[in-house]
Amino acid sequence: MSTAASGSSDHSTSGTTSGETPHKAGAFDIRVFIASLIGIYGVVLVIYGIIGSSAADLKKTGDVNINLWAGIGMVLVSAFFIVWARLRPVVVPAEIHHEDGPTPGH
Amino acid sequence: MVLAASSALRLNANWVDYLLIATYFVFVLGIGILAKRAVSSSIDFFLSGRSLPAWVTGLAFISANLGAVEIIGMSANGAAFGIPTVHYFWIGAVPAMLFLGVVMMPFYYGSKVRSVPEFMNRRFGPTAHLVNAISFALAQLLIAGINLYLLAKIVEVLLGWPLWISLLVAAAVVLTYTALGGLSAAIYNEVLQFFVIVAALLPLTIVGLHKVGGYGGLKDKIGAFSDGGSRLNSWPGTNLTGIDSPLLSVIGLVFGLGFVLSFGYWTTNFVEVQRAMASSSISSAQRAPIIGAFPKMFIPFIVIFPGMIASVLIKEVAPTAKAPDYNNAILYMMRDLLPNGMLGVAIAGLLASFMAGMAANISAFNTVFSYDLWQTYVKKDEPDDYYTRVGRIATVAATLIAIGTAIFASNYTNIMNYLQTLFGFFNAPLFATFILGMFWKRMTPTAGWTGLVSGTLAAVLVGVLSKDALGPMSIGAIGLSGQGASFAAAGAAFFVDIGVSAAVTMVTRPKPESELRGLVYSLTPRQDFHDENEGQLSWYQQPTKLAVVGLVIVVVLNIVFW
Repeated sequence: MSTAASGSSDHSTSGTTSGETPHKAGAFDIRVFIASLIGIYGVVLVIYGIIGSSAADLKKTGDVNINLWAGIGMVLVSAFFIVWARLRPVVVPAEIHHEDGPTPGH
Repeated sequence: MVLAASSALRLNANWVDYLLIATYFVFVLGIGILAKRAVSSSIDFFLSGRSLPAWVTGLAFISANLGAVEIIGMSANGAAFGIPTVHYFWIGAVPAMLFLGVVMMPFYYGSKVRSVPEFMNRRFGPTAHLVNAISFALAQLLIAGINLYLLAKIVEVLLGWPLWISLLVAAAVVLTYTALGGLSAAIYNEVLQFFVIVAALLPLTIVGLHKVGGYGGLKDKIGAFSDGGSRLNSWPGTNLTGIDSPLLSVIGLVFGLGFVLSFGYWTTNFVEVQRAMASSSISSAQRAPIIGAFPKMFIPFIVIFPGMIASVLIKEVAPTAKAPDYNNAILYMMRDLLPNGMLGVAIAGLLASFMAGMAANISAFNTVFSYDLWQTYVKKDEPDDYYTRVGRIATVAATLIAIGTAIFASNYTNIMNYLQTLFGFFNAPLFATFILGMFWKRMTPTAGWTGLVSGTLAAVLVGVLSKDALGPMSIGAIGLSGQGASFAAAGAAFFVDIGVSAAVTMVTRPKPESELRGLVYSLTPRQDFHDENEGQLSWYQQPTKLAVVGLVIVVVLNIVFW
């Protein structure tokens, strides 16, 4: 999970500094955290859904292997956030300059 | 809220469930530690350096409220009342959030205040400021304690841990990440929490719908209840309001719940507004509540629906039961419908919601305490890092007080009503004062605080006169109970506040107009309230257009579930 911090390496590209203490808040990317947590959940659920589903479990859910399906859904959500974070990395704008790079999130 | 004390709700959590729960805690603490590296000034600590993108602050905006009230309370309402519960979202929260984004946020963000009470100070001076800041700070401590208590109680019921252990563990976790990372850690955790809650509740809803035969099956089975009709139609919602007359019930919903309670809560509650204030520009601050309104519209489907399904599937929750256990509807659903694996996700989601709720209260408390009370009235001109330190100490103190409050909160039986009443007392008059103050330049500082105090007292009076809004303190002089009494108290607070403010303004001296720039609409140059880059924004980045889209969708939802 410590790899999640690597998403923040992008912020070093912001270039300009205003001379005083640099504003770094918001520099590490929440999307990487979301992708990691939901991705881990998804993988665990898919595996457990395949190997761990008992007849009692299926009776509970009315014959839906919910672990498997929810797990697949979570893996897809996780993939979406990874792609999004890759395509639009976080750029921390300098205090005065308005850079023409993409702003965070949009 | 009374949770089953017996072991009827004990879940058979196994190693996979604990693994998933533990993973979540690792992430929560990891965010706190990483966010600490990003804190280099008090603005970073208290307002995330005003640098967060709108989708983050927008999700945090609704997550901060997605705690005890929402998940347990709204699913309980869904089980007890059915569809009319959607009014809390489609008449209540969503229009208020859109209004906040379009109308009020420019004042908050444009005037560069750091908190809602600080706006009060600039507009009306120290008396109104103190009334607002102190009542808000106390309310936050109380609510943080309630969140903590509910969390510990749920862990006790579901997993069998002693109450005091989960109380201390949860408090320690929340304290660690809020004290380290400040608002950024709180907000990032709220965003993460949002996804965990959806990951928990969406599969639960799908399994539930599958078992009752889809939405059609659910409607058939609820329609067969003796009061099925009122459970399946959102209007007039007489079962929810407890008001027999359909017309008065609709008025109570639209005016009491919608206009006064929800507008009061969502537009003046600093817990919410603080999230939007952490945005990177005025248009993104405006967008935060508007973006938040979109997921908020659909939360009823994963919160109220499980409650309704529980009233069909779970014998303890069915209306035919001797004493239907509505409050535990969602927990019974988890017990009976989710296998190990998803069960762990669901427990993590519940814990996430309570912890984030508490963290939101504490991070709003420490900002108001540090900026509005300590810096304004106790130690004025200290260096910036001094106030960050005050904020961290306030966080520790607030957590300790919340633990005390949590023990105290175990005496209150119906937290849903109690919270509603509380919001009515604090927020309904606030909204009246703010909206008058923002648009009426003559309104005087004296009118500001007298309106606020008399409005709050009016709400308390209605609470005392009602049958049960204040529990044993209510004397029952007027025939209103439950939600209806809350709506009436909020309405009274609003009108008394407006009346007293107008009357007092006539006989006292207004502030000079030169001091009201950025605080009163007619005295603020247009460019103060607008993003300099607004011309370059695409339509979905423009607050007003986005809000119109939201409004259209929520009107359609209201009509579909009429």
